Amino acid sequence: MISALSASLIDGLMIGLVYGIAAMGLTLIWGVMRVINLAHGAIIALGMFGIYLLFTNLGLNPYLGLLVVAVAGLLGGMLLYQLTIRRVINAPYLSTLLATFAINMIIIGLGTAAFSTSPRNVDFTLGSTNLGEITILNTRLVAALAALGITIGLYLFLFRTRPGKYVRAVANNRTAAELMGIPSSRILALSFGIGVMLAAVAGALIATFFPFTILSGDPYQLKSFVIGVLGGLGNPLGALVGGLILGVLEGIVPNFMPNTWVPVLEFMLFVLILLVRPSGLFGAKR
Amino acid sequence: MSTTSDVLGRLHARPAAARWRNPGLWLGMLALLLVGLWPVVSGQAATREVIFTMLLAIALASSLNILMGYTGYVSFGHVVFFGLGGYVSMFLLSLGQPLWVAVPAGGVASGVLAFLLGKAILRLRGTYFALATIGINEAMRTFINNFGPFGGSTGISLNFSVYGNYGGAANALWLAYYAVLALALLAILVSYIVKTSKFGLGLMAIREDEDAAEVMGVFTPNAKTWAYVISAIIPGMVGALFFFKNGNIEPADAFRLQFSIETLVMIMLGGQGTVLGPILGALGYQQLRSFLLTNAFFKDYQLVIAGVLLLLIVLFIPAGAVGWLRKRFPRLRNVLP
Repeated sequence: MISALSASLIDGLMIGLVYGIAAMGLTLIWGVMRVINLAHGAIIALGMFGIYLLFTNLGLNPYLGLLVVAVAGLLGGMLLYQLTIRRVINAPYLSTLLATFAINMIIIGLGTAAFSTSPRNVDFTLGSTNLGEITILNTRLVAALAALGITIGLYLFLFRTRPGKYVRAVANNRTAAELMGIPSSRILALSFGIGVMLAAVAGALIATFFPFTILSGDPYQLKSFVIGVLGGLGNPLGALVGGLILGVLEGIVPNFMPNTWVPVLEFMLFVLILLVRPSGLFGAKR
Repeated sequence: MSTTSDVLGRLHARPAAARWRNPGLWLGMLALLLVGLWPVVSGQAATREVIFTMLLAIALASSLNILMGYTGYVSFGHVVFFGLGGYVSMFLLSLGQPLWVAVPAGGVASGVLAFLLGKAILRLRGTYFALATIGINEAMRTFINNFGPFGGSTGISLNFSVYGNYGGAANALWLAYYAVLALALLAILVSYIVKTSKFGLGLMAIREDEDAAEVMGVFTPNAKTWAYVISAIIPGMVGALFFFKNGNIEPADAFRLQFSIETLVMIMLGGQGTVLGPILGALGYQQLRSFLLTNAFFKDYQLVIAGVLLLLIVLFIPAGAVGWLRKRFPRLRNVLP
């Protein structure tokens, strides 16, 4: 029992880190521009297919593919911002929700036409590591480490570089930032790009150990909402902690009750946190 | 000598009388009634199916518009009421209760859920409210997926003999059709009554500025809760009829988030906050959808085209068709409610 529990705990922690960076993308966009990106799940699915196509068709190592997906996500996100989000960023929140949902429909529609909805998997393995009685899949370990590395990178970017400082300034007060000479529209585009990049990378990492379809992004988008609200929307580090909580929940709960109860608990937790502490467990960073 | 109270009395009397003489409302309802009776005259089941979907959409969009268009609270997970109403009535039907008990019960269940949720989640504003409604729909879907009495993930299927009580399956389908036609007309009427009432004025004040509305004497928590309840009851009954006609219900069909968002799209298309907007939007969206789905060339790209259309509307005509007309031609405001 103890070893089964600790095995699922470790598994949950590793997957939770990956969930964490997916949610970080969502929460960063919300924090900087008060936009809930409903295309988040579709972008996660694109990340999955990105790494799948690079690996299956070009034989590229998935972790090199990850870099390609990241760059494509950053640039694609900035382009998407310039084409659409820029026009609705000052509109009522319904417009931003529907605009991003429209993007979601377009991506899913094109994706379904191109790839159908049959399941795929990246046929790639790194073997496993034995720690006493516990076996860890190495793809998950690498994904967890990559997620940690990405988080540290994001923090270094936000707190140690000038563009990062600009992002924080725009998040804090866009008008004041503009008065200080910060090119806010470029910074907003960059922030959206980073948010999209994080989603795509999270999708790519998930694809290395779970099978997926073009519709697989949706559950991860919902998980990102839950995690984002747990950690406080707008707080990237909170998202990582929220991801860990969700991962552990998903790891531990099936030991005690049927697997299908896990989402019920997750969504009840989600609504409860929204009602009791809408700023999240750790309070949002504004 | 006319006193101030006389003048005030006349001021109040005029809109009250004019309220029931709005040509846009009656022509709209008459047109819908004619469209609704068309399959009855022609007797074709295929036409009936097409128009059934449209009436369903009109009833849902008009109801949601009360919350979204008048009050300014966007419920992304409104399908939860459709699904719950469907489940409650299917459960009652499977226990042998008659349809005329099961359908109102579905509506009541949805209304009660909205009432219970109302005060709690309507404290949240803007995006937080939208997210909470998504969360509630997903919580409900995953919960019913595990809920034994409602059949868990396989749901509830009606025994074919149930339709025998309504003159056989063919007759039962017509019965469900008439009921949905009546509900669609009712939804429009309710939407108009709310919009032209003092209660509706309070809702619109909340939409424009909630804090100011509160200061002006609108007791916002109650007003919002009742708006939520009103917008939930008809979807509950429509859900009951839809799944009665369908013969079975399962969690993935009953609580499909996509369906909820399609309703939002219809409202946006026609114009939120107007009575006729949701009707036009629902008709337009369903027409487009059925055209795309049946067209060999566009079949695979149905979702893409709907997405592009939605994006264009949001970016360029956020007021929707009726809203745009009202803004462009101010005279039309008197005839297009």
